[in-house]
Formats: sequence, structure tokens, C-alpha cells
Amino acid sequence: MTISLPVTVSPRLSKKASRHLKERFIEFLLFGAAAISVFTTVAIVYVLVKESWNFFQHVPLSDFLFDTQWTPLFDDAHYGIMVLLSGTLTSSAVALVIAIPLGTIIAIYLSEFASFRVREIAKPFLELLGGVPTIVYGYFALTLLTPVLQILFPDLPGFSLLSAGLVMGIMIIPYVSSLSEDAMRAVPMSLREGSYAMGATRFQTAVKVVMPAATSGIASAYILGISRAVGETMILAVAAGMQPNLTFNPTEPGATITSYIVQVALGDLPHGSIGYQTIFAAGLTLMLMTLVFNLIGAWLRKKYREVY
Amino acid sequence: MLKPVTLVTPVTASAPGDDVAPVLKAEVKALDFYYGSFHALKGVNMPVYDRKVTSLIGPSGCGKSTLLRCFNRMHDLYPGNRYAGGGIVLQPDNTNLLSDDVDPIEVRMRISMVFQKPNPFPKTIFENVAYSLRVRGMRNKSELEDRVQSALKGAALWNEVKDRLGELGANLSGGQQQRLCIARALASDPELILFDEPTSALDPIATASIEELVMELKERVSILIVTHNMQQAARISDYAGYMYMGELIEFGVTDQIFIKPQKKATEDYITGRFG
Repeated sequence: MTISLPVTVSPRLSKKASRHLKERFIEFLLFGAAAISVFTTVAIVYVLVKESWNFFQHVPLSDFLFDTQWTPLFDDAHYGIMVLLSGTLTSSAVALVIAIPLGTIIAIYLSEFASFRVREIAKPFLELLGGVPTIVYGYFALTLLTPVLQILFPDLPGFSLLSAGLVMGIMIIPYVSSLSEDAMRAVPMSLREGSYAMGATRFQTAVKVVMPAATSGIASAYILGISRAVGETMILAVAAGMQPNLTFNPTEPGATITSYIVQVALGDLPHGSIGYQTIFAAGLTLMLMTLVFNLIGAWLRKKYREVY
Repeated sequence: MLKPVTLVTPVTASAPGDDVAPVLKAEVKALDFYYGSFHALKGVNMPVYDRKVTSLIGPSGCGKSTLLRCFNRMHDLYPGNRYAGGGIVLQPDNTNLLSDDVDPIEVRMRISMVFQKPNPFPKTIFENVAYSLRVRGMRNKSELEDRVQSALKGAALWNEVKDRLGELGANLSGGQQQRLCIARALASDPELILFDEPTSALDPIATASIEELVMELKERVSILIVTHNMQQAARISDYAGYMYMGELIEFGVTDQIFIKPQKKATEDYITGRFG
């Protein structure tokens, strides 16, 4: 059976060329905006890899990974990234020991216990904490926290990973608490009611039902906190001493990957020298670390995606 | 101050197939309730009988869910809600559940609830059912296993899930999830279970299985159920109350309410002339 369909289009229904062009133009603008971020990322990776490649022409990868000294500016140059990595890991660990428990507790309080009024007052303050410039935190660590810590530990040097890490932890608290709280508040009320109806207390409901339901969001918050700690620069440059030091003892001074990069970038090393190229190798290391954390984060989000 | 209590229907009316007079499980007495300034329940008086199914029917917004949620003090969770007079006297304690001296958590341990939309916790099937026991501090593994198994059997779910107790509750179908929620409510051996439109999110087959289950459960526990579905109320309940605008218009044996309602308003609603 064949059916006959009209082949002409009435003027009121015909396609308008101007509308079509306008749509194309808007699409192009949107694509351009998205492309900028992709292009930037690719460009950064390209520069890092290219300069690092030059660096590794002179320094074998095994030295980079396993040498226990970092003295690129000395005559007897050593390029053991472990030294900077130890500083980064130690200061980050100190920061996370503060930020993760406190951030989580604050999130539980704000999401499950605080009244509307308390939350409305407390949240802006918390967000302010995240808005303080990190250089201010650095001086806070150096001029206030370190002297206080020296009363408790008289042997503590003027610059230490401990002092920088503690302040960094305070800086990260709002990132952890705010994202965790968002995740917990997004848990539907019906789940909480189900828990209360079984005779659970508020704390049992928060810990046994709301937190498991918000696992993926809370994991994202932790990963963001870790990334912030690993990438933080100014606090460590100001308060941790910038002395490359292979140690996991937070009461010692140390340099981190980021603070080393600041040190070299601000110095007057000639472009193209090996000393200068070290910062690209260090930068690449840092980027790979953050990439790993992001992958872990993505995996956690997928594994514990909201199931309510 | 309690207002003088006048029950709408004589309590001597007995349920179908029952020779003995029903025993009171709880009694709502002159209950007033406010959401902020909204007077949601107005002087409600109603009995709930032991090991019987009592249903609440009425149009949306009439206060039937509000009344149900008074029984386990669910309103306490939100600011602005107010029990403004009267109370609910639970037997055999002869205690007013809504009294300030009563701990809502203790109330919820004895009066459990099943919600409109299945709301399994983000836990395994086993842990979902064990939840109400764990919050009571039960740690003994074999005792937990026994109680979970008997609750799942009680909710007619055991045969379907016995080999997958470690899976997430959310993996079950909607009807199974609702039976899981019933098992969860049963596990702690409550005296009264509140059902808030338990089948409104389910398909007809799942609905039938929940209805069958409710009728089995009344052997061991008192049941108060809110439903939008009048046929459902007629099928499964022994007693029924019709609510309108925050008031209990009529209460009685279900057959009487549906066949020979005393009030014109009830008759209009049941016959579909209104609502």
C-alpha cells in the first residue's frame, strides 16, 4: 500500500535559514569555550613531557626515582625525587589527619544535627576559611602556630613540615566539610525517616544510614582534599623551610615538590639548564600523582554511586 | 486538658469472623495537631485494636498520614510541628505516647513503620533487616541470623532472597523492596506496625502480595494502614476510619463503613460522589 504525502511545505512551516545560522553560531561559541580547557590541558602536558624528556636525556630515570639526595644546584648534583616526595607526603599526611576527621565531623553536624539557624551562620564562616589566601595561612603558621608548637616541643625548628601541615589541614577543612555535607544533605529524607522509624538515634542514623548513602560524594570530598594538600605551595614555601630533606618526620623542615618549583622558578637559573629542567620533571611527577588521585576518585564514585 | 471522649461508633461492634470482643491496643483521644499554624488534626478519637487491621481512608490532605505519623512520633523530627492536646494511649502500658516524658525512640522501638515508597538502606539485604536489631545493640551473630531469617520469612521474602543476602537491598524489585521494608519493620518484634500507603508505588501483582502479607501479619501484630485505595481498605481491614479536613468523620467495622455508612459524607466519599 502506498500513501501519498504532500511534497510542498507551506511558508509557515518552512525552515528558516537565519535560525539555522544562529544555532550554528551559538554551537560554535559553546564548542570554543569547551575547547579552550581541553587545549590548555593538552598544552600543559605537552610542555611538561617535552621538558622532562630533555631532563631525562641527562639524568637516568633510575637516579631520579631512587637517589636519596636532591641537590640539583650543587656541583655534585643529585636528582632523587624521593626527597621532595617525602616532604610532600609528610606534610599532606599531617594536613589530612586534621582535615578529614574534622571536615567529616563538621559535615555530620551541619547536615544532621545543626538547626537551620546554626547552619546559616556557620556555613559562611566555614566558606570564609577556604577563601583566605594561602600566603596568609603560611604566615599564620610561621608567626603564630610555630611559636605555640615550640612551647610544646622545645626542639621544634623555626621551619617544620608539622606546622605547615597543620595549617594546611585547617585550610582544607572547608573543602572536605562542604562537599561531604552537600553529599549527605542530598540523601533523601525518606531514608532518614526509615532509620528513625526503626528506633535509631540521630547519631546512628547519620553514621549507619546517611554516611553510607553518601559514600561516593564523601569520597570525592576526601580526594579533593588530598589533591589540595599535595598541590598546596605557598604555606609550605613560607613555613616548611624549603630545605630538601629525605624524612617522614614532620618535626623536621623539608621541601615539597611544589615549594621546590617556587624556589627555582623565582631564582635566576638560566633557561634550558638541567637545574631549570628539574622543575618540569618535578611538575610532571606532581601531575601524575594528582592524576592517580583523580582516577581513584572516579573509581570510588562509580563503585559507590548513589543507590537510593 | 483532655476533652471529654466520645467514640464515634460503639466499640462493641465485633469484626467479621470473630466471637470475642476486640482488645484495645491503642486509643487516640481528643488529639489536636498543628503543622506550624495549620490545624491538621482536630479532636480525633479512634481506637486501634490488638491484632486487627485498621485502615484510614479519606481524600488527600485529610490528615490520615498525619494521624498515622503521630503514632511513632515521626513529627518530632521536624521543627514547627506541635501536638496540641489530647493524646494516644498505648495499651497495656496505659501510657500517653505523646507525653513529653515519653522517649520517641522507645516508642519507635515498639511501633514500627512501612513507608509509601520502598526505602531500603544502602546496605545488604541482611543488614537492612538486621538494622533495627543492631540499633538496639544486638551483636550476637547467630541470634541476628535467626531473627533476620524469621523476619524475612514473616515478610514472605525468604525464599526469594535466601541465596543473595549479601546483595544490596536496592537490587531487588519494587515489590520485593517493600517486603524487605516490612521484614525490617518485623525484625524487632513490634507491637504495632504503621503502613503509610504501602502499595501506592507498586504494580497490581506486588500490591496483591503485600495485601496478602498484611492479612497474615495480623495474627501476630496490630496494624494501622493508610490507603488511598478504597478497595484495598475494604479487602484487608477489619476496622476503617474515614477522615476529612482533619477530623475523623466515621469509624467502625469495615463492612459497616462500606455497606451501611452512618454519615452522609462517608457515603458520598465511598460511592465516589466526592473525592
